[in-house]
Amino acid sequence: MDLSILWYLIPSVLMFACGVYGFITRKNMIAMLISIELILNSSDLNFVIFNRYLFPGSMEGMVFTLFAVAIAAAETAVAIAIIINIFRKIGNTDISEAKKMKY
Amino acid sequence: MGVTLPILILSIPLFMFLLLGLGGVKMSRKAAGICGITGMGTTMVLAYIVACTYYFSGDIAFIIDGIRQQYQVFDVTWLAFTEKLVVNIGFLLDPISALMLIVITTISFMVHLYSWGYMEHEPGFQRYYAFLSLFSFSMLGLVVATNIFQMYIFWELVGVSSYLLIGFFYKLPSAVSASKKAFIVTRFADLGFLIGILVLSFYTDTFNFVTMTDNPFEVLAQTHGATFMGASVLTWAMVLIFVGGMGKSAMMPLHIWLPDAMEGPTPVSALIHAATMVVAGVYLVARMFPVYCVVDTALTFVAIVGAITAFYAAVVACTQIDIKRVLAFSTISQIAFMMTSLACSRMGLVPEGHHEAYSGLGYMAGMFHLFTHAMFKALLFLGAGALIHAVHSNDYTKMGGLRKYMPITHWTFLIGCLAIAGIWPFAGFFSKDEMLAAMFNQHWFYGAWMTMVAGLTAFYMFRLYYRIFWWEENAEYQHHKPHDGPWQMSLPLLILAAISCVAGWIPFGEFVTWNGQEYHIHIEAPVAATSLIVAVLAIALATLMYAKKNPWPTRVKNMVPGLWEAAHRRFYWDEIYQFITHKIIFGMISKGIAWFDRHVIDATMDGFAKITQRTSVAIKGMQSGSTQAYVIWYFVGALLVAAITWICLI
Repeated sequence: MDLSILWYLIPSVLMFACGVYGFITRKNMIAMLISIELILNSSDLNFVIFNRYLFPGSMEGMVFTLFAVAIAAAETAVAIAIIINIFRKIGNTDISEAKKMKY
Repeated sequence: MGVTLPILILSIPLFMFLLLGLGGVKMSRKAAGICGITGMGTTMVLAYIVACTYYFSGDIAFIIDGIRQQYQVFDVTWLAFTEKLVVNIGFLLDPISALMLIVITTISFMVHLYSWGYMEHEPGFQRYYAFLSLFSFSMLGLVVATNIFQMYIFWELVGVSSYLLIGFFYKLPSAVSASKKAFIVTRFADLGFLIGILVLSFYTDTFNFVTMTDNPFEVLAQTHGATFMGASVLTWAMVLIFVGGMGKSAMMPLHIWLPDAMEGPTPVSALIHAATMVVAGVYLVARMFPVYCVVDTALTFVAIVGAITAFYAAVVACTQIDIKRVLAFSTISQIAFMMTSLACSRMGLVPEGHHEAYSGLGYMAGMFHLFTHAMFKALLFLGAGALIHAVHSNDYTKMGGLRKYMPITHWTFLIGCLAIAGIWPFAGFFSKDEMLAAMFNQHWFYGAWMTMVAGLTAFYMFRLYYRIFWWEENAEYQHHKPHDGPWQMSLPLLILAAISCVAGWIPFGEFVTWNGQEYHIHIEAPVAATSLIVAVLAIALATLMYAKKNPWPTRVKNMVPGLWEAAHRRFYWDEIYQFITHKIIFGMISKGIAWFDRHVIDATMDGFAKITQRTSVAIKGMQSGSTQAYVIWYFVGALLVAAITWICLI
């Protein structure tokens, strides 16, 4: 039995919604970072899905996803570095306390 | 003729200006003076060579069948704005430009030499010589201009150098305001000049003098009878061009700057405000003469302005106390004389069957007077400089009885006075006689009127002469004995006096006439006799009134107190200008404009700034620093965009 595209897209959308929700509600920066990863992964998933269903003959979506995973790893490293620096400054990783940069 | 000499004539003064202007600070006074004088001396010699080659060589380029030609030594494209609007720069040799080369370089050299003695102790000596060189360069460039635009450029340059030299003593407030006044008044007149140039060249498609004056009737035809406000456009153009000349040549009502320009150093007055720059207006009319001839109205306008100015300035000169002011008004009067003479001239095309006198006489006479006047007026100014140098005052009330103390100045000044009064055999007699003859030819009224002005000239010059050298000896001479200047000052006086004695004998008509054809000057006996008698009578009257101290001048003054006061105050022209500029222009028109500027233009700009500022204050709270708030804004925004897109797609 062939699964329709919807069966793949629904988890992806759920994952994206969880990511957005987590990013807005979590106060811990690490948790926010994890949420970002969720958003990113959901979009990676979309790449693969659309590649598989719309352009089955080609591999670009798959390859692009591999790149995105690699770059996401680097980006996470940078984000962690920023969070560590903020931790050193204010003593915790609570986003509601890092509000210095405003008008 | 090769281009080397003409280019050198222009570039030596320019080089001297740059050298003295940039390096003058590091030079000693002596070095700067020698540089300036040798530079100008070389230029003078070269100019003489060029002029003599032009007049005497008989080269086919210069003279064909006894008719002197206009010869463009070079004429190269300088600025090409559009296909038609092309400004050339070049060197035109014709009878009047060769004449002006001689006049300018001679007087300029004399003044350079004289200034060495006169300005010896003044600070800024090097700067002074730099400005003199700049002036000489600009004036030479003006007279050799091949096209009216080049002339306009140099016209402005002489204006600038005049401004710089009048304001040379920049610490004196009076000198500063005089220089500003001169610049603003002449600039204002130059606006008319520029409009005139544009109108004229619009119809003729050329700036070039030779093309323009070669066939003036064609110029007239090219306007196709276009008119503006009741007069033909060509008349307007020529009148507007003449307005430029009025500004430079101090014709009424634009004369007000010249008396004030006497605040500058006296040699400068001799060079710029007596001999060369102020005759630029006359030169301009002479240069455009054939075109003027085809528009009779413009020429009549010139004649009337000249006649009125000549009389006005002569009357005012009779009541001035400052000796330089007397000479300044005398200059205005004499230039007006030349203008009238030029305007009383017509092209020498005598209709068949008429045996009228040569109608191009006025042109020749005006140029002749320009030449002789330059010599003797420069002499008088330099003489006045020597007096001021000795007495340290401009007022003749501080002088009197100076003939014993300053013999050289006395004799040369007397020669200058005789020359300007028109006494035989001095230079002024010949040129004035020709001018009066030309005026009588045109209309007896001009002749009679100008003969009267000539009489006034003789009177005020001898009034000045007697008050300076005779009258009563000033008691202060006991403490401080006045004496003649150093040789640098006396030598130019002697040379110019010698020229003033002999210049009248030059057969001028053989060199300069309106079309280059030779004309033999002959003295018109009745005219000459009348003007001579009038001059002698005027001198006699001056002798009676001023030779010895007596109460008559005061009595005459008290007989007509109102008139005397009005003439002494120059018939209130300055007050009228003051009223117009301050009360009417600044007080009324400018106030309205200022209100508009402040309340409409500025207010609009302020409004923009205020709106921007208030908006930013109102919305700056959105930049709260809370990252998650931003995300919510972003998310809401993205949803909105998505929703709108969705709605649009459906």
